[in-house]
Amino acid sequence: MSGISSCFILLIVLLIAADLMFTSFEDFRAAVMKPEIQSAFRLTILSCTIAALLSIWVATPLGYLLSRYRFPGRLLIDTIVDIPIVLPPLVLGLSLLILFHLPFGNWELEAWLRDDVGFPVTYRWPAVILAQFSVSCAFAVRTMRVTFDQINPRAEDVARTLGCTRGQAFLQIALPQSWRGMIAATTIAWARALGEFGPILVFAGATRMRTEVLSTTVFLELSIGQLNAAVAVSLLMVAMAVVVLVVLRVLGTGLTS
Amino acid sequence: MIEFQKVCIRAGDFQLKDVSFEIGSGQYAVLMGRTGRGKTTILESLCGLRRVQSGKIMIRGMDVTDWPPGDREIGYVPQDLALFPTFSVAEHLKFALHLRRFHATQIEHRVSELAEMLSITHLLKRQIEGLSGGESQRVALGRALSFRPTVLLLDEPLSALDAETREEIQALLRTLTDNTGVTTLHITHNAAEATALADRRFHIVDGQVTEESVNQAEQASRSDSPAG
Repeated sequence: MSGISSCFILLIVLLIAADLMFTSFEDFRAAVMKPEIQSAFRLTILSCTIAALLSIWVATPLGYLLSRYRFPGRLLIDTIVDIPIVLPPLVLGLSLLILFHLPFGNWELEAWLRDDVGFPVTYRWPAVILAQFSVSCAFAVRTMRVTFDQINPRAEDVARTLGCTRGQAFLQIALPQSWRGMIAATTIAWARALGEFGPILVFAGATRMRTEVLSTTVFLELSIGQLNAAVAVSLLMVAMAVVVLVVLRVLGTGLTS
Repeated sequence: MIEFQKVCIRAGDFQLKDVSFEIGSGQYAVLMGRTGRGKTTILESLCGLRRVQSGKIMIRGMDVTDWPPGDREIGYVPQDLALFPTFSVAEHLKFALHLRRFHATQIEHRVSELAEMLSITHLLKRQIEGLSGGESQRVALGRALSFRPTVLLLDEPLSALDAETREEIQALLRTLTDNTGVTTLHITHNAAEATALADRRFHIVDGQVTEESVNQAEQASRSDSPAG
């Protein structure tokens, strides 16, 4: 048993070690100084943060609803929430693309957003955020549901006998207890958004300096034969992922153990 | 004061049918019965946390069957106390008063009064983590009584306490209920506890609540005592 476990840990360590050995510090510095990669880094930080904040905003009430209430259609909602987790990433991107361009009579969502609202989405930076949000929110909902499952609902019941409405019991009793779970869910959502590639490629494209995020940078650099730059960006992403995982462990929510 | 009129309650596969009983104003009633017979279900229905299928629940002569829990003016102490983990002791005592928009000076006065009554003045600034069983019980009682409810519901409040603390809290319960005049329904398995506290004693058997006469109660108390 321990031998098999050791093999897996060794594999991960070797993967990172191989990346580190492949590139030099000079190559890494040269790669991250490229304006395209710096732009991708900025968009990655921004889009992942917005996607994570949107995810926690949606996941907190939805996780609470799924944890606390039994209602018709609950199983269906529970299943729908999990779909982005099990769906192949490319399919999700393709579905987003189709949704925004599917004509309903004379009306089309993308055309309406572009012409009437003045906020085009497809193949622009909002598409990056939406593609990331579609997947990361599902993980955030799961995390928040587990969080609320672990909080004693009896305290909210008592709060209601003291004069709280259901909403006040949620806001004043359940929510303050869930802060560790909320940070964990935000972090997980952020990490998932960081690793997202397929839906972004299909729905937002990989236009340099416009819709390029670090995961698409790796793909673009590889496609033009710049292996050193691809590895350097990969290492940058590994470092960002490690920071996120350390934050999770430090919080010690037990949700990721 | 409290009246159940042919109340039917379903909780999963479990069902209580046509439960009827009444408790007069200011009385201390004890409800006994074996585990899983529906004692807590009755308490939850009374404070509005569980819907009833049919029948009426009357409090102070008003039909409160469909009232939300907060409008029933009931103080509730569940078996696990369910204290609020992010609150201090003082915040527990203030909570219901804040919800009722009491003035700050009224709240401070009431908190001091309660803390003195419950002997927890020295604990007011403490978080609930690390409180002993007896201290936690006092905080839960204070929270339930803070807004001067007319009804107090206690779900096995002494079951998790050691013998010495149990006697202490038992005496406190009697004093509190005598001083406040609150109508109390207390669930317990312990016949001696029931004898010590109860003005009236109810038993739940086969989904029906029946009142025990004084003789029955004394008999039950004797048979429950270690010597008997």
